[in-house]
Amino acid sequence: MGKTLFDKVWDAHVVSEIEGGPSVLYIDRHLIHEVTSPQAFAGLSERGISVSRPERTIATPDHNVPTINQHLPIKDVLSATQVETLKMNTEKYGIRHFGLNHPYQGVVHVVGPELGLTLPGMTIVCGDSHTATHGAFGSVAFGIGTSEVEMVLASQCILQPKPKRMRINIDGELGKGVTAKDIILYIIAQISASGGTGYFIEYTGSAIRNLSMEGRMTVCNMSIEMGARGGLIAPDEVTLNYIQGREFAPKGEDWDKLVEYWKTLKSDDDARFDWELNYKAEDIEPMITYGTNPGMGLGITQSIPTLDSIEPATKTSFAKSLKYMNFEEGSAMIGKRVDYVFVGSCTNGRIEDLRAFANFVKGHKKAENVVAWIVPGSKQVEKQAIEEGIDKILEESGFELRQPGCSACLAMNDDKVPEGLYAVATTNRNFEGRQGPGSRTMLASPLTAAASAINGVVTDPRKYL
Amino acid sequence: MAIQKFTTLRSTCVPLPVENVDTDQIIPARFLKATSKEGFGDNLFRDWRYDKQNKPIAEFVLNNSNYSGSVLVAGKNFGSGSSREHAAWAIAGFGFKVVISSFFADIFKNNALNNGLLPVQVSAEFLQKIFDSIEKDNKAEVEVNLEEQKITLISTGETESFDINNYKKTCLLNGYDDIDFLLSNKEKIEQFEANRKLAL
Repeated sequence: MGKTLFDKVWDAHVVSEIEGGPSVLYIDRHLIHEVTSPQAFAGLSERGISVSRPERTIATPDHNVPTINQHLPIKDVLSATQVETLKMNTEKYGIRHFGLNHPYQGVVHVVGPELGLTLPGMTIVCGDSHTATHGAFGSVAFGIGTSEVEMVLASQCILQPKPKRMRINIDGELGKGVTAKDIILYIIAQISASGGTGYFIEYTGSAIRNLSMEGRMTVCNMSIEMGARGGLIAPDEVTLNYIQGREFAPKGEDWDKLVEYWKTLKSDDDARFDWELNYKAEDIEPMITYGTNPGMGLGITQSIPTLDSIEPATKTSFAKSLKYMNFEEGSAMIGKRVDYVFVGSCTNGRIEDLRAFANFVKGHKKAENVVAWIVPGSKQVEKQAIEEGIDKILEESGFELRQPGCSACLAMNDDKVPEGLYAVATTNRNFEGRQGPGSRTMLASPLTAAASAINGVVTDPRKYL
Repeated sequence: MAIQKFTTLRSTCVPLPVENVDTDQIIPARFLKATSKEGFGDNLFRDWRYDKQNKPIAEFVLNNSNYSGSVLVAGKNFGSGSSREHAAWAIAGFGFKVVISSFFADIFKNNALNNGLLPVQVSAEFLQKIFDSIEKDNKAEVEVNLEEQKITLISTGETESFDINNYKKTCLLNGYDDIDFLLSNKEKIEQFEANRKLAL
């Protein structure tokens, strides 16, 4: 029987297997940031051991950094301490570190791919659940906890049970104004915020093939939002074209050898999946969420379900969600109040996202009732945006480009949406309080965010296209 | 280094009959700024537990003195969202030793096990029975036996078995540590590296 892409990559990294238990899995690339690594380094110290393979770990601060005045010292003492601790730990153990103001600093999942550190066939882990982003390159990438960060630092391996395999196939052509973000929000709405638990997903089909690398990253990024361990896409010409020539990408003979190997990285025709789903791209419209988990999403022209239509076991949680959002059951999404618009994050903070947003708002003005934060995913994205004149377009339309970081996606820094106010965000989670205590988040694509920012209420982007 | 052992536990329960409790609720991001593992229990369920003036919200179960014990019982899909291990540190730091739900998010489950906090996955029916018995009697107890992989509702004597992989079970029963285990694999790991042909 043939193998799935996931099995090929996973199996090539199994150092040993424990009967009835997890595998010892070798990790090619370990990404770390300031929030989930300090306790792991402290653990190493306590044990009196060092980092096993420092060249395989890359560090950058992102979760906790300000997105204005990054040249000044960080005001929040605790945040400053975490950022400083990362710097000290990486210096101590000889780990490559792109610190604040370094030209390569940024959201860890934006930085890895754009520097050519993320390659097909790799195993990649990070103490962050959105590590699945790197699966877009045909790598097995997943988020881990701090104890596991310590395992990788100590041994370059991790103990991990092998997930089941799922395939989600999307064929057809996306309609006008429908993006990669809408594909993944659509899938999550179909199978729920827990539907993928225990699985590793391979995304296939013409609608996926036709996406750019940026779009594929957006899709894989949110695999965790349906509970899946990760998601991946087989590498192809689009993948190779994206990687070739990037700073840390393999070159010369190494490159040629790897390309030969990467061509074998696809699921065999007779490979078996534990679960397969098929969707049509034509059924997907611009999506938006109305509740407090990413599974509570719908097409933007639709109305919030009524309590009657919800299955009994979920009624209480559904009602709690609507109460938190202060939304009426059965009410339409279009026209809902918007106070904040946030564009950024590891989901939609890449150059293509900023480009799409800028092209959309060009010639329009930001609505006066809306506060907008446009946050590039990295210093490289910021630099390119300025080179392309995106900052000028934004300025003319009443927006400003901030500095890179995770920012209002999880609101660890000062970028917090105030209590009770509504944000349309291009991020990945609409949990209670995610964007600040009491904040109310509606997840959507950069185009829907743009349409809503200029119209001042939740708006179907197709209205302007 | 040894971790804390877990064998059996009999305790009253704290009920939280909410589905999809995500790690942002367990420990909001603004409390993740520490560089040690200590003190997260103080901010467990912070925004459900305290109001804006930092006054305890009386209706929330952790503020209700009728409920206590080292077992947290929650609705399905517990621990979804972020990979922050701080969620497991917060629950363990507060004093819980076991979390019962009908469904756990994968990363949370690993994080809990890595901190000696036992996630016990039961059927939806058994979960309902636990909630019902706590509603009837707030001092209702459960017993969790790791060796036998069994959970018992003391009031009715009803029992259900639960899954845990053998490796993790052995670790918890004996206090074995993952990193000690991985370091003992050093030769195999070096062998693996030596045998690789690709520059990945």
